[in-house]
Amino acid sequence: MDYVPALARWIHFMAGVMWIGLLYYFNFVQVAAMKAATADGTAAGISKHVAPRALLFFRWSAVVTWLAGATLLGNQFGNAFLFRGGMAGIGVGAWLGTIMLFNVWVLIWPNQQKILGLKPATDEEKNHARRVAFLASRTNTMLSIPMLFFMAGGWSHRALFGL
Amino acid sequence: MKNPLDSLWGTIICGLILTVILYFMVKGILG
Repeated sequence: MDYVPALARWIHFMAGVMWIGLLYYFNFVQVAAMKAATADGTAAGISKHVAPRALLFFRWSAVVTWLAGATLLGNQFGNAFLFRGGMAGIGVGAWLGTIMLFNVWVLIWPNQQKILGLKPATDEEKNHARRVAFLASRTNTMLSIPMLFFMAGGWSHRALFGL
Repeated sequence: MKNPLDSLWGTIICGLILTVILYFMVKGILG
């Protein structure tokens, strides 16, 4: 048995569940909850105690997911990203995951730091940061749909979809 | 025009449409 791919797949799944699970928590639960909490003056509980912890696990599980995925691809890494050698299905999944990782670290996290007051920002900067982080998060939710299709069906079960 | 990503349903529908487009793209690449 080849231990490295087996362990990489396991870690890829666990970290991926945490990453996408928290992404769905933000989009399906926290956005609406913040709106309601702001209206009744209890938003600080979420922004002070919940969001920073959720973001910590969110951004680092994204890194672990990507690294474990890259390890799992092994010497097929180049073929996947270049859509060669019958690897186009998983390659699309890998590209989508990579774009999502970029969104987490370049658009979501730096803007969330301003929103949560971890980085100094004016009210105007905070409003802009809120919109950018929201749209990047929604973009990742949208991209997660094809990403999971190609991750799940693009390689091990590709015959099922004629890929 | 309203940004479809402002609503959850718009986000999900965009994701499903993108899945179909990428599916046919991959099918084309794989011949």
